[in-house]
Amino acid sequence: MSDTKDQFRPDDHDNDHFLLTTVVGSYPKPKWLNRAKELYQDPDHSFDAEDYQEAKDDAARLITAEHERAGLDVVVDGEMRRNEMVEFFAHRIEGYEFNGPVKVWGHNYFDKPSVVSDVEYTDSWLVDEYEFTAAATDRPVKVPITGPYTLASWSFNEAYEDDAELSYALADLVNEEIEKLVEAGARYIQIDEPALATTPDDHAIVGECLERIVADIPEDVRIGLHVCYGDYSRIYPEILEYPVDEFDLELANGDYDQLDVFKDPEFTADLALGVTDVHVAEVESVEQIEENILKGLEIVPPEQLVVSPDCGVKLLPREVAYGKMANMAEAARNVEAELDAGLEIDRNAPTPADD
Amino acid sequence: MTEYVSATPGLFPLPDWAKDDLSDLKGHQKHDLVSGDEGEAITAVYGDAREDVIGSQQEAGVDLVVEGQLRWDDMLAHPLAVHDNVDTQGIVRYYDNNNFYRDPVVGGELDFSGDVAGELEAAAELTDDLCAVLPGPYTLAELATDEYYGDDADFLAAVADFLAGELEAFPAHETLFLLEPSLATDAPDDGEDERVSEAVDTVTAATDADVVVQPYWDALEEKVYAHLLDADIDAVGFDFVTEQDQNLYNVQEYGGADSIALGLADGQNTLVEDPEAIRDRAEWVFEQIPVSEFETTYLTTNTETFYLPYSKFEEKLAALGEAADLAEVTTA
Repeated sequence: MSDTKDQFRPDDHDNDHFLLTTVVGSYPKPKWLNRAKELYQDPDHSFDAEDYQEAKDDAARLITAEHERAGLDVVVDGEMRRNEMVEFFAHRIEGYEFNGPVKVWGHNYFDKPSVVSDVEYTDSWLVDEYEFTAAATDRPVKVPITGPYTLASWSFNEAYEDDAELSYALADLVNEEIEKLVEAGARYIQIDEPALATTPDDHAIVGECLERIVADIPEDVRIGLHVCYGDYSRIYPEILEYPVDEFDLELANGDYDQLDVFKDPEFTADLALGVTDVHVAEVESVEQIEENILKGLEIVPPEQLVVSPDCGVKLLPREVAYGKMANMAEAARNVEAELDAGLEIDRNAPTPADD
Repeated sequence: MTEYVSATPGLFPLPDWAKDDLSDLKGHQKHDLVSGDEGEAITAVYGDAREDVIGSQQEAGVDLVVEGQLRWDDMLAHPLAVHDNVDTQGIVRYYDNNNFYRDPVVGGELDFSGDVAGELEAAAELTDDLCAVLPGPYTLAELATDEYYGDDADFLAAVADFLAGELEAFPAHETLFLLEPSLATDAPDDGEDERVSEAVDTVTAATDADVVVQPYWDALEEKVYAHLLDADIDAVGFDFVTEQDQNLYNVQEYGGADSIALGLADGQNTLVEDPEAIRDRAEWVFEQIPVSEFETTYLTTNTETFYLPYSKFEEKLAALGEAADLAEVTTA
C-alpha cells in the first residue's frame, strides 16, 4: 500500500474514510473548441494561433471547473489541448516524423508517427498545461502522460534495434518530463499504457520502463499506471513488482468478470477502480456505482481504493460524461459514510459462480 | 535460373483523399462499415481509388497487379463480413495489431456471394497482370465465429467450398495469393493440419492460376508446413522479416513447392528498404538453401500494407519493383 494518497484528502472532507475520486484524463471537447480548430486550420480565415490558444485555455478552464462541480477530489483539464495520445507527444519529441494517417478500424485513422532517429528531449511537453490547470483550480491536479511502451508500440520504429530499446529511450524522456512537472508542483502523475493490453508478454519491458521513469522522483509524488482492455490474468501478479503507487484498471466494461484475478495473491498497491463504463452512453445510477465501488473493496481495503471511470470519457456526449462523474462522486461519498458507520467487506473471497 | 517477379499480398491503404471522402460518405461507426451493397457515390470513390492504386503499381513496375482490396474494412474477414448469412457483431482485435474488425458470426449457409469477383471485374479492365487475393480457408475460418455448422471440421470445409465458389466467378487472373497468417499465429492441431491441406486443395481446384499460400507473423510449425506442401499449390510464402531460422529450416528439411514467395520488405514499417538490400536478402536466402530450385521467386512484402501511410506504401512498391528487376539482371 502507498502512503501518497492522503495528501489529496480535501481539508473539508466530511467522512473519516476517504475514497479519492478522479478521472483517467480525457473529456469530451466542447463543440466550439472543435469549431475553433477548424477556423484556425482554415487558411482563408483570420482566426490565428493566438485565438486558438485562447480557445484552448477557455476549454481547459471550463472542463477543470466542470470536474470541480461534479465533486471530484483530483481534477484534470480533460486533455483539451491534446489531439491524440501518441501524436500529441510525438510532435514534441525530437526524432519523430509524420507521414500521414493510417487505419485503426473502419474509417478511423490516426497519424501514426515514425521514429527516424534517436529520440531527444527538447522543450517541456506538459508543464504549461499543468501550470495553467493548477492555477485554474484549488483542487489537486493529476497529469496523465502516455507511457513509453505505448509511445513506442504505436509508432513505426525505423531507428532502434527493437521496440524495447525504443521504449527505454522514451522512458528516459518521460522521466525528464516528470522531473520538470514535479518542479512545477505536480504531485500526481498517471502513466497510460494501453498498449500493454495488446502484448501482455511484454510486461517486463513495461516494468523496466517504469524503473527508469521513477528514477530520482521524490517518493511523495504519486505515480499511477493506467491499463485498459486486456486479459489481466496475463499481467497479474507480475505488475505488482512495478514501482508505482496505484493501478488504474478498466473493469466496469466487463462487468467485473476479471475481479477474481486480483484476489490471489493479495493486491498490494492502491487500486484505482473503473466504476463507470465509458462505452455505454447512459449514466449509471448512484446505487449502481455504489455497488461497483464495493467490488473494489473485495480486493483492497478502503485506504487503498481510488474511484475513477474505466477509461478516458472523451467519446461520450458531454452531459453523459458529466452525469457519470457527478454520480460517481456522490456514490463514493455514500460508500465512505457507510464505511464510517461500520460496513465491512469480506476481502479476497472468490466470487461465487452465477449458476 | 529462377524468374524474379515482384508482387504484393494486397490489402492496400486507401489514398488519403479517399480516406477523407469515404469518412464523409460512410461515417466512423461500426454500422458504417462496408456492407456489400454500397450506393453509387461510395462505389464511385472506391472505383477512383482502385484506379489510383493500380496506377501506382504499374508506375512502380510491380509485375503482378492486385486490386488493392480497398473495400475490405474488415481486412481478411471481409468476404464473410459482407455475406448475407453472416451477422457482423462486436469489434475485435486483428491479430496482435492496433487494428480491429467486426466479428463475422456465421448464422446460415455460406452460399455464393460474388462480392470479391465484382471488385476483380473492375480491376481486370485496368490491367492484364491481375493477381487475385483471398484469405486462405483456415485463416477465414479462424477469424469468424460459427453458429451454423457446429463442428470445426465442417466449418473449415464449408469456408473452403465458399471460397472455391467465389473463385470460380473471378475473371481471368495470372496468380492467386491465399493469405494464411492464422496458419502461423494459431497453428492447427494434429489432424486439423491435414484438413487444412485438403481445404486449400478445395480452393485451388477452382482456379487455373498459380497459387501462392502466404502465412506471416511467424514461421509455420514444421508439421503444418509439411502438410501444406501436400496441397496442390505453386508456392509457399515466407515472412523473412519476422522469422528467419525456422523458415530456412522448413525449406532445408522439407524442400518447397515449385516456386517460392519471399516476404522481404516490411509491410508494417515506414522504413523503406533499398532495392539492392531486398535483392541481397533474396540471394542470401538462396545461399542458405542451396539444394532447392524454384521456377519463380515472388518478391513481396511480408504482410498486407494497409498499416502504412500512403506515401510510404508507394515507396515500398517502387522498392519491390526495382528489386525484382535488379535480381533478374544479377542472375541472368
